[in-house]
Amino acid sequence: MLTMHAAIIIPFIVAAFIPFLAKRLKTLHIGWFVLLVPFGLFILLASYIPEIADGEIFLQTIHWIPSYDINFTTYMDGLSMILGLLITGVGALVVLYSIYYLSPEESLKHFYVFLLLFMGAMLGLVLSDNILVLYVFWELTSISSFLLIAFWYHRKRSREGAEKSLLITVSGGFAMLVGFIMLYVMTGTFSVREIIREVSQYTDHTLFLPAMVLILIGAFTKSAQFPFHIWLPDAMEAPTPVSAYLHSATMVKAGIYLVARFTPVFGGEALWFWLVGGVGCLTLFWGSFNAVKQTDLKALLAYSTVSQLGMIMTMFGIGSAALYYGYTTESVIYTQAIFAALFHLVNHSTFKGALFMVIGIVDHEVGTRDIRKLGGLVTLMPITFTISLIGSFSMAGLPPFNGFLSKEMFFTSVLTMSEMNIFSMETWGVLFPVIAWVASVFTFIYSMIIVFKAFFGPYQLGKLERPGHEPPIGMLIAPAVLGLIVVGLFFFPNMLGNNLLKPAVAGIFPTFPEDELGMKITPWHGFNTELFMTIGVVSAGLLLYLTLRYWKGIYRLFPEKWTFNVLFRYVLDQLEIKSRVVTDSYMTGFLRDYFVYIFLFFSILIGGALIYTGAFDFEVSGNAPISVYEWILAVVMMVAGISILFAKSRLTAILLNGVLGYSIAVFFVLFRAPDLALTQVGIETVTTVLFLVSYYFLPEWQKENTPKRTKGLNILISLSVGAVFIIVALAAQSGKLFETISGYYENSYQLAGGKNIVNTILGDFRAFDTMLEVVVLLIAGIGVYSFVKSKSKKGGHNLED
Amino acid sequence: METLIIVLAGVLVSAATYLLLSRSVIRVILGTAILSHAAHLLIISMGGLKTGAVPILGKEVSSFTDALPQALILTSIVISFAVTAIMLVLAIRAYQKLGTDNLLKLRGFNDD
Repeated sequence: MLTMHAAIIIPFIVAAFIPFLAKRLKTLHIGWFVLLVPFGLFILLASYIPEIADGEIFLQTIHWIPSYDINFTTYMDGLSMILGLLITGVGALVVLYSIYYLSPEESLKHFYVFLLLFMGAMLGLVLSDNILVLYVFWELTSISSFLLIAFWYHRKRSREGAEKSLLITVSGGFAMLVGFIMLYVMTGTFSVREIIREVSQYTDHTLFLPAMVLILIGAFTKSAQFPFHIWLPDAMEAPTPVSAYLHSATMVKAGIYLVARFTPVFGGEALWFWLVGGVGCLTLFWGSFNAVKQTDLKALLAYSTVSQLGMIMTMFGIGSAALYYGYTTESVIYTQAIFAALFHLVNHSTFKGALFMVIGIVDHEVGTRDIRKLGGLVTLMPITFTISLIGSFSMAGLPPFNGFLSKEMFFTSVLTMSEMNIFSMETWGVLFPVIAWVASVFTFIYSMIIVFKAFFGPYQLGKLERPGHEPPIGMLIAPAVLGLIVVGLFFFPNMLGNNLLKPAVAGIFPTFPEDELGMKITPWHGFNTELFMTIGVVSAGLLLYLTLRYWKGIYRLFPEKWTFNVLFRYVLDQLEIKSRVVTDSYMTGFLRDYFVYIFLFFSILIGGALIYTGAFDFEVSGNAPISVYEWILAVVMMVAGISILFAKSRLTAILLNGVLGYSIAVFFVLFRAPDLALTQVGIETVTTVLFLVSYYFLPEWQKENTPKRTKGLNILISLSVGAVFIIVALAAQSGKLFETISGYYENSYQLAGGKNIVNTILGDFRAFDTMLEVVVLLIAGIGVYSFVKSKSKKGGHNLED
Repeated sequence: METLIIVLAGVLVSAATYLLLSRSVIRVILGTAILSHAAHLLIISMGGLKTGAVPILGKEVSSFTDALPQALILTSIVISFAVTAIMLVLAIRAYQKLGTDNLLKLRGFNDD
C-alpha cells in the first residue's frame, strides 16, 4: 500500500460512510468517529519526521491517465510535511472542538462530510507532484470550502459569503490552470520536480512570464492577497470551527504553499520578486490597517489573517532573491527569509487557530462577538481569557510567545531586503522596513483590542444574551493545546527548525548545499535593530491603542462606497444587467428577426467567401438551347413569383403558387422527367387543396403594416440572398469537376430488372431513402391527425367542432 | 437553359425570403413552399438539362438524362409536401388557440 496515497484517500472514503454511520449512531456524537481520521493521519505523517529530517523524500506513483502524462504522483518533502502536519494536527483539534461547539441538532453528517472532503483535498494538494492533480485537489478545496461557508444555508449572508469566495477562488484557480498548461507547453512535463529541473532553459520563453503571473493570481486569490482579500471577511459566516480550520490554518495557506512550491521555478526573476514581495507587503499593511476598525471579532481576525498572510508572502518574495544570485556564501542570507516565512506559517496556524476557537467560545457562551457589547469577561472566563492572551500576544509579536521569534526574523529579512542592490531595490528598498514596522504597530493595536476590549472594561449583562461563564472543558482542550504549542515553540523553536523547516528550505533551494541552509533560532539576539524596532512597535502601539478613540475618525475618511467589496458587487451587478440588456436586444422572440440573422449570416459568409477566394466562375458554353416556349414559361414563373408578394387576397396568392407548381411540372416534362412531372402535378394539386382548406380556418390575408425601414431591409436581404444563391449556383454549375455516376444506373435492367431508371433508383438502388421518406409521410400523417384530434386542456374545442 | 433556370430559381428564392420575413404565418408557410420549388429547380439544373432521352430503357438511344437528380427531387417533393401539411395544421391550431396569426404577437412571454 502506498502510504501517501492512503493518507489522501482515507478522508474521502470515510466521508462516504459518514451518512450511514450518522443514521446508526443515535447516541454518540458522530464527530468522535471522525476524530480518528485526522488523528491517525497525524500520527502516520509524524512517523516520517525523522526520515524527512535526514533529507529523504518520498515519491510514489499511481498511474491515472498515463497517455496524457497525468499520474497521481505523491511527493513528500519537508514543505509538504509541514503543511500535512498542520492539516491533520489542526484538523484533529478542530474536529474535537466542533464536537462541543456544534449541537447534535445541527445537520452534523453534512458538516463532517464536507470537512473530511476538505481535509482529503487539502492533503492531496500539498502532497501532489503532478500539477494537474494538484489543480484537481485545489478546486476540491474551493468547493468544499464553499459548502462549509454556506453550512447554515438558510442565512442570506452565509450564501452570499460562499458565493463570493467561490467566485474569487475559482477564477483564480482557473487562471492557475492556464498557467499550468503553459508550463506544460514549455517544459513538456506535469511533474513539479521535473519542471524545477528543466526550467532553467526556459526562462527566456515567451510563455514564462504569463505562466508566472497566472499561477500567482491563483495563489493570491486563494491566500486572500490584495485586492482579492475581500472574500475572506465574508467567509466568516461559516461556523467557527470552519473559520479556524479553513480560513486561518489550512486553505489560505494553499496559496502560500503554491508560491513556496514554485519559488524554485520562477524565483530569481524580478517580476516574481516584486509581485510576491510587493503584493505581500501591501496586503500586510492593508489587512492590519483595516483590522483595527472592525467591531466583529471574527471580521477582525479575518483581516488579521489577511495581514499575516501578506507578511508570509513578503518573506517568500525576499527569499526568492537568493535564486537570483545562485549559491554564494552571501546569498544564503536570503534563504533565511524563507525559513522565517515557513516558521511564521506554522506559528500563525497555531495562534490564529487558538484565537478563532476562543472567539467561538465567547460567541457560544454569551451570544455575541461584537466588541461593543463585550467586556469584563476576565473573571467569568479565566481560562478562555488566558488562551486568548497567549494568542493575541503571540500575534502582536511579544515574548515569550512564538510570534515574537517569527516577527523578529521578519524584521531581519526586511532589513536585509532594504540593503539589496538588485531589482531596483536601491530606490525602493527602504520602503519595506517602514511598511513592515507600521503594519506591526497596527497588528499590535488590534491584538490588544481582542484582549482588552473583550475581556476587560465594564461587564454589560444587559447587552448579552446569556451571562458569561466557562465553557465545557472539552471545548477548551483544543485551544489550550494550541496555546501550549504557541508557548512551547518559543522555548524550543529549533526542534521544529531543524526537523522540518530546514528540509523544507532545502527543497526550495535545490542548488544550495543543505548544511548552509536553516538557522538557529534564538529568543535573545542582543540589542540590534530588530529589537529596537520591536520596542518601537510596542511603545507606539500602546500609545495609539490608548488614544484609539481620538484618531479612529481617520477610518471615516475612507467612505464605505470606496471599498473593494462595493466594487466587486458593482461589477457583478453590472455584468448581470449588461448581459441581460445585450441578450434582450437580439433575442426578440420575433421569428422575422431570427430569419434576418440567419439570412445575413448566409449571404455575408457565403458571398464573402466567394469574393475572398475569387471562386466565381461563369460560362454558358455547355448550356442546353432554349426554345421560345421555355422563355415564356420562365418569364411567367418569375412574374408569378414576384406577384405573390403583392397579392391583395390570399386566394390570389394560392393560385399564383399553383401557377408556380404547375409550371415546374411543365418544366419537368421539358427536362425529360416524366415521373417528376406526374408527382409534381399530383402533389401540387393536393397542396393547393390543403392551402384552400386551411385558409378556411385562418383569418383573412391582411395588409402588412410594416414600417418602411424594415420593409426596405427585408427587400435588401431577399435580394442579396437571391443574388448569392444565383452566384453560387452558377459557379457550381460552370465548374463541373467530374462526370456523373449515373451511367451505372443505366444497367438497371440487368441489375434490378426494371426499365424505368428513376424508379429502380427509388425502389432498388437507393431504396433506403424511399423507406425513410415514407416514414416521414407517416409521421406527418400522424402529426396532422393528432393536431386535429387533440383537445385543448382547458375547455378548448377541437378542430372538428 | 441552365443559366435561365438558375436565375429563375434565384428569383423564387428572393420571393421566398421576402415571404419568410413577413409577419403573417400563412405568408411564411407559402414562403417555404416556394423555397422548395426553387430547390427542386436548382437540383435538376445541376445535373445538366436535356442531355439525352427520358431515362427509361427500351428505345435505342445513345444517352439518357441524368436519373439521379430526378430520384432525389422525387423524394424531396414528397417530404416538402409532408412538412407543408404539418405546418398548415400547426398554424390553424395556433390560430384557434391564440387568436392571432401575427408572428409579432406570437412572441410568447418574457421569462416569467
